[in-house]
Amino acid sequence: MTVILNQSFTGISIGAVLLLIALGLTLTFGQMGVINMAHGEFIMTGAYTTYVLQQAVGGAGVPLLLALPLAFLVAGGLGALLEWLLIRRLYTRPLDTLLVTWGVALMLQQLARDLFGAPNVHTTAPDTLTGNVSVAGVVLTTNRLFILGLALACVLGLTLMLRLTPLGRRVRAVVQNRELAEVSGIATGRVDRTAFFIGSGLAGVAGVALTLVGPIGPTMGTNYIVDAFLVVVAGGIGRLRGAVVTAFALGVLQAVLEYSTTTSVAKVVVLVAVVAFLQWRPQGLYTLRTRSLV
Amino acid sequence: MSGAGLTVRDLRVTFDGFRAVDGVDLDVPPGDLRFLIGPNGAGKTTLVDAVTGLVRATGSVRFAGEELLGRPVHRIARRGIGRTFQTATVFEQLTVLQNLDIAAGAGRGPLTLLRRRRGVPEAVAHALETIGLAGLRDRPAGVLAHGQKQWLEIGMLLVQDVRLLLLDEPVAGMSHDEREATGELLRRVGEDRTVVVIEHDMDFMRSYARSVSVLHAGKVLKQGTVAEVQADARVQEVYLGRAAAPEPVAVPVAEEA
Amino acid sequence: MTTTAPPPAPTPAVATPPPSPSARFRVPGAFLLGAVLLFGVAPLVLSDFRISLLAKYLCYAIVAVGVSLAWGRGGLLVLGQGVFFGLGGYAMAMHLKLADAAAAGETLPDFMLLYGSGDALPWWWRPFANPVFALAATVLLPMAVAALLGYFVFRRRVRGAYFAILSQALAAALSIWLVGQQTTTGGTNGLTDIRGFFGYDLSDPVNQRTVYFVVAGVLLLLMAAARQLFVSRYGELLVAVRDAEERVRFLGYDPAAVKLVAYVVAAGTAGLAGALFVPAVGIISPALIGIVPSIGFVIGAAVGGRASLVGAVLGAVAVAWAQSSLSDAFPAAWTYLQGLLFVVAVGFLPGGLASVVTALRARRTRTAPAPAPTKGETA
Repeated sequence: MTVILNQSFTGISIGAVLLLIALGLTLTFGQMGVINMAHGEFIMTGAYTTYVLQQAVGGAGVPLLLALPLAFLVAGGLGALLEWLLIRRLYTRPLDTLLVTWGVALMLQQLARDLFGAPNVHTTAPDTLTGNVSVAGVVLTTNRLFILGLALACVLGLTLMLRLTPLGRRVRAVVQNRELAEVSGIATGRVDRTAFFIGSGLAGVAGVALTLVGPIGPTMGTNYIVDAFLVVVAGGIGRLRGAVVTAFALGVLQAVLEYSTTTSVAKVVVLVAVVAFLQWRPQGLYTLRTRSLV
Repeated sequence: MSGAGLTVRDLRVTFDGFRAVDGVDLDVPPGDLRFLIGPNGAGKTTLVDAVTGLVRATGSVRFAGEELLGRPVHRIARRGIGRTFQTATVFEQLTVLQNLDIAAGAGRGPLTLLRRRRGVPEAVAHALETIGLAGLRDRPAGVLAHGQKQWLEIGMLLVQDVRLLLLDEPVAGMSHDEREATGELLRRVGEDRTVVVIEHDMDFMRSYARSVSVLHAGKVLKQGTVAEVQADARVQEVYLGRAAAPEPVAVPVAEEA
Repeated sequence: MTTTAPPPAPTPAVATPPPSPSARFRVPGAFLLGAVLLFGVAPLVLSDFRISLLAKYLCYAIVAVGVSLAWGRGGLLVLGQGVFFGLGGYAMAMHLKLADAAAAGETLPDFMLLYGSGDALPWWWRPFANPVFALAATVLLPMAVAALLGYFVFRRRVRGAYFAILSQALAAALSIWLVGQQTTTGGTNGLTDIRGFFGYDLSDPVNQRTVYFVVAGVLLLLMAAARQLFVSRYGELLVAVRDAEERVRFLGYDPAAVKLVAYVVAAGTAGLAGALFVPAVGIISPALIGIVPSIGFVIGAAVGGRASLVGAVLGAVAVAWAQSSLSDAFPAAWTYLQGLLFVVAVGFLPGGLASVVTALRARRTRTAPAPAPTKGETA
């Protein structure tokens, strides 16, 4: 029983990381239909920001309250820059955008290698996040609890932003009907850039979270990006609820499989599960306009 | 060959609780040239979508005695049912000839497909003449004018050897001359086929319809000849009562320029 | 042509314009030129070392043939070609390792002895001792995997970016699985140190040249076959599916089947390339087939021109050449260059270098440009 609970907690915390990464993707994907392969490198940016901050501050644990907003701004700024420089020009060509952003990802990885060296670096977690909490015989590590809380806070924040603020309304309007939003006087270009800023910033936040559970390296983003995309694919375009449910489902599935088999078999089974899921529920994965086929 | 008849019984299509088509019965006898009219949102396009398998529906759609509901789109197409869309959809990167050749080839076997096309199949040559695009045979379809794309689509249906044509607003956005040309084309095409046309243009309907069905709120309001439909009080009310709607209003009066 | 009626004066019957002599001989001429360069010039002017490098580049070019078909013509962004390349490569390498072991009087490949994998050969290794089975598997195994994934994905109309991501996830899964099974697959190291190729010693330069000739021959044959597919009715249909999939459906075709054929053929091509890569280079490993190399397989095609067969092949050779020339001396510079290639070639020159050639030729002859399909979008 404890084993099951322990594995479920592991799965939920894997899911929380996936969710943090997928949240930003859901936003940029839903907003512009763009697959941003450099998203993983924005995670890396957030992680290295944390590292640099700790080097600068020195001493004990990472000042998380400072690292989170800073990583959000750095990664978000990079994302907005990418949108402005490249993505907005490739609007109608989502597949080409995928490859172009992959090229950007390669360059960012190399930049990280040149700046920080190829080997992984580490940060020290603050003392408050190095302990355990034991609940009903299940040992919960505080760093993973923190990540879970962070992910849920981001979901909540993003939901409120989309529902309540004027910016959120504009974002939703553009997602639903870009042309109509445009002729209604919404500066879609600016909305796109803002959405990209927020989505990429969330990747930076995810990067900060990852420093609590693992090393920081130039290719750390690539390791997560495919899983995060699977979450978005299975969850449906631009649907926060879909991302939340699939992130936790995939996380738990992976944890359970890893326990009963091996990590590598777990990866394969997760992929098969996603393809099988698409057989059952392809809705939201393809949009079919009945009146015009263009 | 004079086409075959389309029989629709109690057809229903629901989108998230909204009944777009709500129990439609429709009989289109073989060789008919039927116009479907009705205000926006009456369910005309959805009806065609259901018949061609694009949306799920309940009830029954029989063509030449065979049930169509539940079959995949391409199987329905192979039964001899073709359609066009409100926005002309042709293969823009392929030439006019290639467009028609593909339309003619649904029954081709793998060996034929793997070979190169030699010359012009007879049906394709014939269709090129019928739709008047023979001179533009080797142009990419993407450079055609709007009306020419619509004709190319009709030509594709001809070589596809359909027995039932479903056309969704074939003259929308066309100039007066193009409309007349399209009407003549429809008349000729309809000589040995069953044709169903969705149209808002009342002048066009009056000139070419053999029979008319009026849809309103997902149901068939009236069916009959042009004259019968125009004289019907309920039809007048549906159109006149919604005069504010962005519709070609007023069935009885010709208001088109 | 304006608004004239559809029943117009019958246009004079337009026969297919007789191809000009230069056009008629262009394709066989280019083919012949390629054969002369590959079989005549290259072996004369290149050292043994360069020849074996060229054999490696040509293996990437073979992958590009399939990429050009699936992506250039079919709009299917195949980001998981590494899987098929790897399946073909591993099938071949497993056979060669077993043959090496048998020649040395062992029952197990050397790395299994090293890792202490047990006394018995795993059951799924055994059939690969048979050369016919192994050779068939290099092509059929990738095709079967592609058919399975493609059937389920295309059937539910999963397309565009979604398809790209799923095919990429497959590459990730396979390479992770291979790494995880160290005792039976060689793990991160892969299968290395392959000595013989059907009885010939691979360390002998003469045999290396023979391998090169086999690779070059396969490339030319596949290019001829792909060219036939491009100009066939199937090729036209594939472009039609790329540009307006639903329209094709309403004409009575099943677009899923059309796409499946292109995907499966591309997979078989990549498998063959992987199988030839093993004797040409002497290694197959997870690092050659994961996400990064899988995406790398499309960049050559993108640079040269995804929709143009010759462009894709030349692009793949050029990129592979640039990579091996630069990556040892200036690894950082190469990575930046590779990233830049993606940005520039895909973002700003979607037709690749081939489109530049086409544009120049069109300007010179002052004729209407041929409708060379270069758009690669289906989303």
